[in-house]
Amino acid sequence: MFGVLMITLLLTIALVGSNMDVILKQGIVYQVRAEITENPAIAESFSTVEEFDKFIQDQIDQRIETLGLDEPWYSPQRVGFTMYKILILDFGNATFLTSDSGSSNVGDILLEKIPRTVLLFTTATIIISIIGIFLGALAGSNVGSAIDRITSAFAVISSSFPVWWIGMLMIFLFAFTYHIFPARATPSMLPTEPGYILALLYHMTLPLITIVMIGFGTWAYLVRNFMVGTMQEDFIIAKKSIGIDKKKIIYKHALKNAAPPIITILALSLSGSLGGAIITEAVFDWPGMGRLYFEAISVMDLPIIIGATYVLTVLFLISIFVADLLYGYFDPRVKTE
Amino acid sequence: MSSVSPTEIKREFMKSKIGLIGVLILLSLVILSVVAITTIPIDTFKQWNNPGNWISYPKTAAPAWVNYFVMEKIPEHLILDNPTVVTKDDVISLTSHQFDVQYHYDDFPSDFIYEINVEYSGSQLLQISLIRPNNSQILLVSKSLPQSDSKITHHERIFSTDSNIKKNIQIHFSEMGFYNQNTTSENMIFANNHGDVLKGNYLFLVNIYSVNENVNVIDSKLIIGGKAYGMMGTDELRRDLAVGLLWGTPLALFIGIAVAVGSVTVGLIYGVYAGFKGKKTDEAMMRFNDVIYALPALPFLIILAVTISNSIFLLVGFLMIFSWVGIAKVSRSMALQIKTRQYVEASQMMGQKNSKIVFKHIIPQLLPYAFASIAISVPAAITTEAGLSFLGLGDPTFPTWGQILHDANIYGAAARGIWWWIVPPGMMIAITGLAFVFIGNALDAIVNPKLKK
Repeated sequence: MFGVLMITLLLTIALVGSNMDVILKQGIVYQVRAEITENPAIAESFSTVEEFDKFIQDQIDQRIETLGLDEPWYSPQRVGFTMYKILILDFGNATFLTSDSGSSNVGDILLEKIPRTVLLFTTATIIISIIGIFLGALAGSNVGSAIDRITSAFAVISSSFPVWWIGMLMIFLFAFTYHIFPARATPSMLPTEPGYILALLYHMTLPLITIVMIGFGTWAYLVRNFMVGTMQEDFIIAKKSIGIDKKKIIYKHALKNAAPPIITILALSLSGSLGGAIITEAVFDWPGMGRLYFEAISVMDLPIIIGATYVLTVLFLISIFVADLLYGYFDPRVKTE
Repeated sequence: MSSVSPTEIKREFMKSKIGLIGVLILLSLVILSVVAITTIPIDTFKQWNNPGNWISYPKTAAPAWVNYFVMEKIPEHLILDNPTVVTKDDVISLTSHQFDVQYHYDDFPSDFIYEINVEYSGSQLLQISLIRPNNSQILLVSKSLPQSDSKITHHERIFSTDSNIKKNIQIHFSEMGFYNQNTTSENMIFANNHGDVLKGNYLFLVNIYSVNENVNVIDSKLIIGGKAYGMMGTDELRRDLAVGLLWGTPLALFIGIAVAVGSVTVGLIYGVYAGFKGKKTDEAMMRFNDVIYALPALPFLIILAVTISNSIFLLVGFLMIFSWVGIAKVSRSMALQIKTRQYVEASQMMGQKNSKIVFKHIIPQLLPYAFASIAISVPAAITTEAGLSFLGLGDPTFPTWGQILHDANIYGAAARGIWWWIVPPGMMIAITGLAFVFIGNALDAIVNPKLKK
């Protein structure tokens, strides 16, 4: 698992490294020139143009060397150093982006964005899974009934709609046609103001409804399929024939047996939700991890890209691990393997 | 895993209603693509991002069929390039182009433009006049084309904002006694005495007078600017959305099918080989699989699109990288089961090559499953590509549905109520996805009979 993490990091660095070097070097050149133009005394102290140019070049080279940029980005030294720093959770400073409070420390920025993504996407995932499990259990225990058909149809149809497009339609309908919800999901007031939480919740409603609307169908369908499988097992049929209450069978016995795969999916989608759907956040202008990621990539803010990828991968791996443990707990058969 | 024969699958599939609906939708999409490829010249979609190509189209015009549903008829954008040509040869020869405009809308046109491309020598006089429904005739423009001794081609656009037109209209309406200084030319000439729209037949006469020399009009076009155009309307950049939507169909099908077929093939072979070889090879291959599985796909796709290239063909490759993983896992576990069958063991003992066993004995068993997964993974590829395009990372040389939505988002289509810019591209994405989901579900139910009951 640790290896997976390292490979992910390496890939990220490999992909953005060369561009980053170009940007950093240009930054240094710009910085040196700016310093010289600000201080005319330096320029006056040289008699010939060649000498002056040489001085500038020396300055640039010197700074490139101190930052270690004279070695290519793929040199083992630099890659190793970057990876070491990330391992001890020191992501350094962002090149362009800052957090709302003005800090450019990548750790600060991530800490600021993650709670917002958790607030929106994790809440949505939890609501989706609760609706999905109950609807799925209901549909799975009455195969062929009206509710089963509606759920299946809804799942199939909703899974082919892109969430962000539905988001655009929702904004169009509820923000501009019937002014019920705000169009931008970012509250206009400062986080320090007292009404901020309420404003945030109000702004959250539209994206939340959209995500839940598109998501729960697929969940219900998955749960239904597991349930259909479980409901055909001999022990359920036996329980039915004994005459145990149907509701009790569904929720106590069948659902419990269908639990392992459901738990796995729940764990994975919870951690997946932390990445925030990049596109959904872009549509609703939600200031979370997804939008941060997109902004960072569009301006090539390397420290943030690496930091965010790292955090997301770590969380994902942890959830795979937890899901495995839970699976073993719910389905002891896999332990013996 | 029980094997299902192809004829059996076909028979079962014909029974499944949603499967047939899916095939039907897919067929109509394929027909649409063929129509797009054959009827719309490739130039048009290459010019998609070239504003010069769309200059004679209206800005953010609603689809023309909206007029059937509203009481106040929106003026339709008219591009008239088929005038009735009348020529008279006398001492002074006359070439007359007559544009007949049926104006039955409840609002004034936004402007009108006359565009001419003419080949001549000597000096010519160009006159544009208009006969209104109340039979009054207005001279709009009277100007001489540039004098030339040799044969030249002259191209000219005359806009309704032309000061000559304004002057001539002022003269005409002042005689009638109701000239309004602040009204634009088009609002004057399409109005009745009360300032409302005068409905009826308008006849634009473009006359070119010349002495002896012959005049060859190559192109003559009158554009009456309106607020409704075509099947699908136009966007902020005057592009005809019908072209974009039509061209998006083959592109989406290409992306979806290429990614699905590619990733399923790779995943299938990879998984089967790992499962068949077993032991250390299996372990190593599955660890590599885990690595790809743990990569956050969308962020990586964005990084790849930004740093390497956003060409549509490379994008297909990038999408494949992230979508073969799940299939490899499933086909590995299936291969593990098939491996223990006696005929596989028998052929192993006979000393057949591993590659032959994999391709001849194991993979054919998994084909039904492979087809189902191809159909199921198409929508994901299409929506992911649309999503990337929506973020502005699409291939700018090809107009995909995602890019239309990207532009719509940038120009604030939702805020301005331009629904025809948002709804159709998304609907197309959803319908295409739906077709494959239907087919995939129908196949899945046949391949995994447990779900059916």
